This record gives sequence, structure tokens and C-alpha cells, in this order.
Amino acid sequence: MNAGITRRGLLAGTGALIVSFSLTGRGFAQDDQKLPGSLANDAFLDSWIRIDGDGAITVFTGKAELGQGVKTALIQIAAEELEVTPTEITLVTADTGRTPNEGYTAGSQSMPNSGTAIRNAAAQVRALLIGEAARRLNVAPESLHAADKKIGQFGYGALAASLDLHVAAQPDSPLKSSADFKTMGQPFPRVDIPAKVTGGVAYVQDLKPQGMLHARVVRPPSPGAQLASIDSSGVKAMPGVKTVLQDGNFLAVVAEGEFQAIKAMRALSAAVQWNEHPSLPAKSDIPTYLKSLEREVGTVAQEGSVVIAAGQPVFKARFTRPYMMHGSIGPSCAVAVLEGIVLTIWSHTQGVYPDRKAIAEMLAMPLDNIRIIHSQGSGCYGHNGADDAAADAAVIARALPGQPIRVQWMREQEHANEPYGPAMLMEVEAALGADGSISTWNYDVWTNSHSTRPGGAGALLAGRSLAKAFPPEPAELEISPSGNGDRNADPLYTFPNRRILWHFLPDMPVRVSALRSLGAYANVFALESFMDDMALEANADPVAFRLQHLDDQRAKAVIQEAATRFGWDSREKIPGQGHGFAFARYKNHAAYLALAVTVAVDRDTGHVRVLRAVAAIDSGEIVNPDGIRNQTEGGIIQAMSWTLYEQVTFNETRITSIDWASYPILRFASVPDSIEIHIVPRPNEPFLGTGEAAQGPTPAAIRNAIRDATGVKLYDLPFTRERVRGAIGI
Amino acid sequence: MAIKLNVNGSEQSIDSDPETPLLYVLRNDLKLNGAKFGCGLGQCGACTVMVDGKAVLSCVTPVLLMEGRTITTVEGLGTIEQPGPMQQAFIAEQAAQCGYCIPGMMMRAQALLQTNPQADDQAIRQALEFNLCRCGTHMRILRAIHRARDLMQQANAQESGRAG
Repeated sequence: MNAGITRRGLLAGTGALIVSFSLTGRGFAQDDQKLPGSLANDAFLDSWIRIDGDGAITVFTGKAELGQGVKTALIQIAAEELEVTPTEITLVTADTGRTPNEGYTAGSQSMPNSGTAIRNAAAQVRALLIGEAARRLNVAPESLHAADKKIGQFGYGALAASLDLHVAAQPDSPLKSSADFKTMGQPFPRVDIPAKVTGGVAYVQDLKPQGMLHARVVRPPSPGAQLASIDSSGVKAMPGVKTVLQDGNFLAVVAEGEFQAIKAMRALSAAVQWNEHPSLPAKSDIPTYLKSLEREVGTVAQEGSVVIAAGQPVFKARFTRPYMMHGSIGPSCAVAVLEGIVLTIWSHTQGVYPDRKAIAEMLAMPLDNIRIIHSQGSGCYGHNGADDAAADAAVIARALPGQPIRVQWMREQEHANEPYGPAMLMEVEAALGADGSISTWNYDVWTNSHSTRPGGAGALLAGRSLAKAFPPEPAELEISPSGNGDRNADPLYTFPNRRILWHFLPDMPVRVSALRSLGAYANVFALESFMDDMALEANADPVAFRLQHLDDQRAKAVIQEAATRFGWDSREKIPGQGHGFAFARYKNHAAYLALAVTVAVDRDTGHVRVLRAVAAIDSGEIVNPDGIRNQTEGGIIQAMSWTLYEQVTFNETRITSIDWASYPILRFASVPDSIEIHIVPRPNEPFLGTGEAAQGPTPAAIRNAIRDATGVKLYDLPFTRERVRGAIGI
Repeated sequence: MAIKLNVNGSEQSIDSDPETPLLYVLRNDLKLNGAKFGCGLGQCGACTVMVDGKAVLSCVTPVLLMEGRTITTVEGLGTIEQPGPMQQAFIAEQAAQCGYCIPGMMMRAQALLQTNPQADDQAIRQALEFNLCRCGTHMRILRAIHRARDLMQQANAQESGRAG
């Protein structure tokens, strides 16, 4: 910690660095005049919905399909409120040339933001169409209904031709009641799956514009490495090679054929010398290392007294999580072409508008001369290499005007260069009151910012490497309702006294950014693990203990649903097996999820396998129940993989986890026997989002089940065989 | 040097560097998008295709070795208009999230079921051990392959019924 700055000083209000936002007030006042969802950012109805003279309906979203199924759900929503079948809807996703700016497709917010906007816009367009028909027929609008793309004898196209949809949306919309839904709330087959299983053009990797050339980059071998010398003459003479590009520390090869580009990349790697210096943590002792980086403390929540009365039983624990990867199966890719003064980039970025801004700054080009079109990539679980690959393609395309350039990262490049989910240290101290409930909960988390997304060219690897280099923007501590590194650090439980602090680490020797659920994964891991430990201390059943500390009825409902479906009260004790439970309301204001698991622990090998998982989720109004199940199953399995296997490794200079052998993830032999997802329906409630709700409860449920099976409490992620075997003392 | 191979039932002559991995020949020369680049190291299975009925990692298989071989990619299992049993099963089970690993999974499963039409859950899991999925679609992938197996068995039964 910096000299002169102490937590006590900050808490006493003597420092200027306190950033405070109280989450303990629960709920947020709704501003009645605010437009719903992303309509607040772009109020014009025709930004979202257009109806041509022939009746063709096009819906626009600023969100992107990341494999989460959002296209299908948005089509269902638009179809429902427009009273048409989903096949009538053409959906255009994130494209700076065509769609509204909805920032990033992230944070499980596509349904609350874009889903809400499209639903309201569609309902208002329907009302305008009905109004126009009523005017023509000289009848009251209430007497008319939309059906089959018609109102009365008038088709939507004919009615729309008389309407100006370039009008601002109103705060209130004539939304349909859930009871009248035809499409929403029903399982609907994903619109993108047929092409994906038959070899159609489905991904940015599949694009092949006429005259396209293949590019590969050669990245510095370690963070901050500087080019010492290069002799590219041999590479330039290789078959098919069009050019070798060098700009500062940025190196790329361009060739006619893809394998020619790969061979040239390998040759160039061998023809370059770098000056490297050690910049990574000396050893992977996460607690010591993270504490050494602390520069600032933010109060996430404070209520009641921090001081625990003398004589009260006090319990403490310390939890850690390592740096973790997104690890998409397909490494990042982008295609770009400079035609005249206009640069067009196809990218699997999560944010076409923010990425455009960063790339425009990097290339010193006007924003309007750059268009970024989202094109699907392999699964996106946060800020991976997508933006960087787009920047690479932009730099190379600028050097070769008129030639479409496809940049494909290699596996080792993605593993070594993607921004990782940050490491975290969590310390918790809790006191039990005489009534057997928790009276005080003091919690400290040490971590970086969990978002270093483009906003500046310095966030892009290419931007950092060019001769005219852009430095990364300094990270700043910000306490927000959604949370970041502190996401879900504040328990939803009714503890009368609490104090939650984020010890902020602005320096990022290891490049980090957003990984699915940000800090919630590890904060819920610590919170829900310690809740279980406290239940044991209080001699209470873990499920009953949680219910005892909750006022929120929806929270209680998912916990009870998961426990009932799992058969918690009648669970059997089988040697070598254990059962575990965990719960969270994502961000404390989004989806509720409770999870019960059974694990088997092999005492000889330390191998842990989840046998069965039963989850209950409440993500508000349901659009596509199968989509909710698919995302939740996926979230559980991915978090299971993080929890049992995953950690980024490095020496003092280089990242050493650079392929699937050095960064193992879950394989089929360890997949559970069964996973059940039970959805708690909440008709006429707002969309809460789904994609990240399972990330936090999963590690805690597994940890609590291992404790149930072995009596051993684990505190450090991941629960590798070695670690489990070491802990159970064999 | 031209290399002759059969891809999805049609004869092809490939004139490329013989070291070129089959994956790039399929994706670029033949414009088949099904097989995916995942690692280029033979570690993830996204590039899996069938060669003479066996599952092969096309990212580490030089095209030189493909002379005279019969190769099947996911495009060879059916079309979007007329999907084959494996494709029908993956659609019916909605067995994809991002879908990037899925063609590799399907080809691995196709090779298994052609050799072992009765493959049980354990045999299916064992065969898929080579293939990585990051979205966590595993349960659906397993269900889809069970369904594909049943569809293929039904089709075979009907076929032999007609033949008899």
C-alpha cells in the first residue's frame, strides 16, 4: 500500500480517494419520464423498426449475436408486439452504418436494454399502424386489431407508407399482456443454428471477399518487449508473400494463401530479435502480489457498525482466484478493406461503436470514415482478442488500399495476448449473533478494474505497438450499481452490520479486462462458500440458513425451487460424494439463480467430478425458455471448468499457458451426468438478462459439495487434482 | 504437384504446397466453411473431418497424405434444405451456442456411429474426449448424438425392411 494512505484514514474520511455508492438502499427509483431500455439512447422509432411499402419488416439492434441466442429472442419480441410471425422479421445486428449505438453486448443486458427498446418501439409502431387504419376507416382505434400483417383490409406496408416513423418514442407503450403472448414465452428454434450445422457462412472467419489476402501478425513475445533487430528480406522472397509490414513493434505478413501467410509468420518470428524484460509477478503468490499493488480503497457498502462486540464468535477466511482466460475455441479474426477514404471492418467485437472510436484514434481517421460491421466469431465471454484483431486488420488494410485483408490470430497468440479475467483476493470476517444469524459481515476484495475496453487507442495491442504508440489509459476506481471488480461483493442477505471495501489495483502488469460476470464469479464464490461455513458454525442447514437471511421473496422462491427439485431435504449421504448449494442475485439487481450440485471426489487422485446439477433461475419475463436453459447450462459448465482446472501461468517475463495443453479446460469425460434448469416464470415483470447468472453460484456450490464429501474446506481456485489431493491429505 | 482427392462425393484436384494442412485446402481452395480453425495444434477438434470413414484432425494433416482419399466434411452430411440425420438431431436438440466447435463434434460423432451404430453414452463421451466446447453445450451435444444414433438406426431399419 502507498505510504501515507491507510484504510483507517480513508474510512475516517480524511483521504480524498473514497468513492462511495450505497447499494444497501436496494432498488433504484424509476424516472417516469425516462424512455424504456435503449430507447433512452436513441428515441426514434425508425432507428429500431422500419416497414417498407411491400410490408417487409426490418428490426435493428445495436447488440450482437455472440452465440447467446439474442437474435432469436429479439425477433420473438418484435414479432409479438407487431402481431406477426417471427419469420416476417429481418433483424440487423450491430453495425455502425445501420444500427443504433447500444455500446457493448455485455453484462447480461441485451434483453433489458435492446429487448426492452425493441418491445416498446414495436408496440408503439403497432399503435401507430392501428391509428392510421382507424383514421382511414373513421372508427375508434380501440375497435381495431392487428393480425397477419394487416389491420382491417389494410396491409402494414400500405399503412406505413402514410406514416412517419421518424418520430420520438413515448415513455409509455401499449405493451401486450403476458397472458396474450403467442411467440414470447415459447421455445423458439435459434435462427442461426441451421447454417452453423451445415457449413453455411456463419462467422467472420468464413468471409471471403473478392481478392482477399491473408495476414498474420507477429506479436512481441512478452509484455513490453521492444524490437531489437529484424531482417525480413528472406520472408519477403517467400512464395505468395505480398508484403511484410513493420511499424514500431507492430509486425505483420500478408500473403495470397493462408498457409503461405502462416509460413511467412513463422519465418518472420525467427528473423526478429526482441529486447525483453521481466514485468510479471515473480511467483504466483496471489495474495502477496495483489496486496502489493493496492493504491486506493473504495467503500462499496457500509451499514451499521464495523466493530464486532467483544465476546461474539468471529470467523475469518481468505479466498483467491487466479487470472483466467476467455479461451474461445476459435481465435480472434477480422476482415478489413480500405476503399477510397472509407475503411470497413468486419469484427466479432462486443462493441462496434466503441471499437470504431478506438481504431479511429489509432489511425487518426474521422469516425465517419470507418464502418464496423459485427460478424459472429467463436463464443464470446467478454473482452477477448476481437477488438485487437480488428485493429490489426485496420492497420494492415490501411497499408494495402483496395485489398480486403483477413487477419486470423493463431491459438498461441490468443492464449498469450487476450486480456485475462483479473486475479482476486477476498478476505471475509463475520460474526454470529446469539440468535444464530450473522450480525456483522466485513469483506475486502483486492483486484484490478475488470474492464479495460477500447475507449482509447491505447487499449488496443496494435495501438500500443505502433511507432507512434498510444499508452493504455490509466484505470480508475469506480463504484457503480452494477459493480465491476466489486460486482456482487455486497451480499443480498439481511446482515445488520456490514462493510464492503474494494482495494483497487490500478497497475496491470498482466493485461486484464472483462470476463463473463466480472468480479461476481469470485465474490459470490467467497460469499457463498463462507455462508455455508457459517451455517455449519450455526449448526443450521445451508439452505435454511440462507432463507433465514433473506427478505427478497423472489430470492427465496428460486432457492426453494432449486432445493425442492434437487431433493435437498432428502439428499443421501454416499461415501465419496457430497452435495453443495449456492445462490446469488446477479449484480444484486438482475437474475436470481440458485444451484444445488452433487460431486464425486476421488480421494486417490484428487479428481472432482460434478455428477448432477439442478438450478432454478428467475430472469424476469421469459422470451425464449430454451434460450434461458441453454445459456444457464452453458454458464454452469463453463464456470465448472474455470473452477476445476483453469489458471493463467507465467514466469517473470512471459505468459506460459499458451495452448490447450498448458491451459486445460473441461473435457467430455468430466461432464456431469445431468443438468436440470428450472425457470421460475415472472409474467409482466421486466427482463433481467440470463447469460452470467450462473457464474458465481457454480464455484461455491462445487466447493461446498467437496466440503460435504471430504470435510475439507477449499479457499483457492482452481480446485485442481493436486490441490484437492493436497488438501485431503493423501 | 496436383493432389487428387474425393471431397463429399466429388473428385478434386488440388495444386498447392504439399505441406498445406488439409484444413486450409478445404476452407480456402474448396470454399467449405464447415471445418474450423481452432488451434492448428491438434488439441481441440474444431477441424475434425472424416477421412475414409475415420475422424481426422485436418489442421495437422498435410494435404500430401490425402492422395486418393475420401473426405467428408459437415457439408457432406446434408444441406440446410435437406439436413441429414446428424444435422437434424443437432437442430432438434438446439445443440449449439456459438456453434464453432459443432461441425467438429458432428464429424467425430458421425465417424463413431458409422463404426459403432449402437454406441452408448460412455462410448460417445469417450469419442468426444478429443473435442473441446467452450460455451458449455456438452449436455445438448450428447443428447443430439443419441438422437442422431436413433435416427440412423431407424433409417437403417427402414432401408433393410425395403430391401427385404
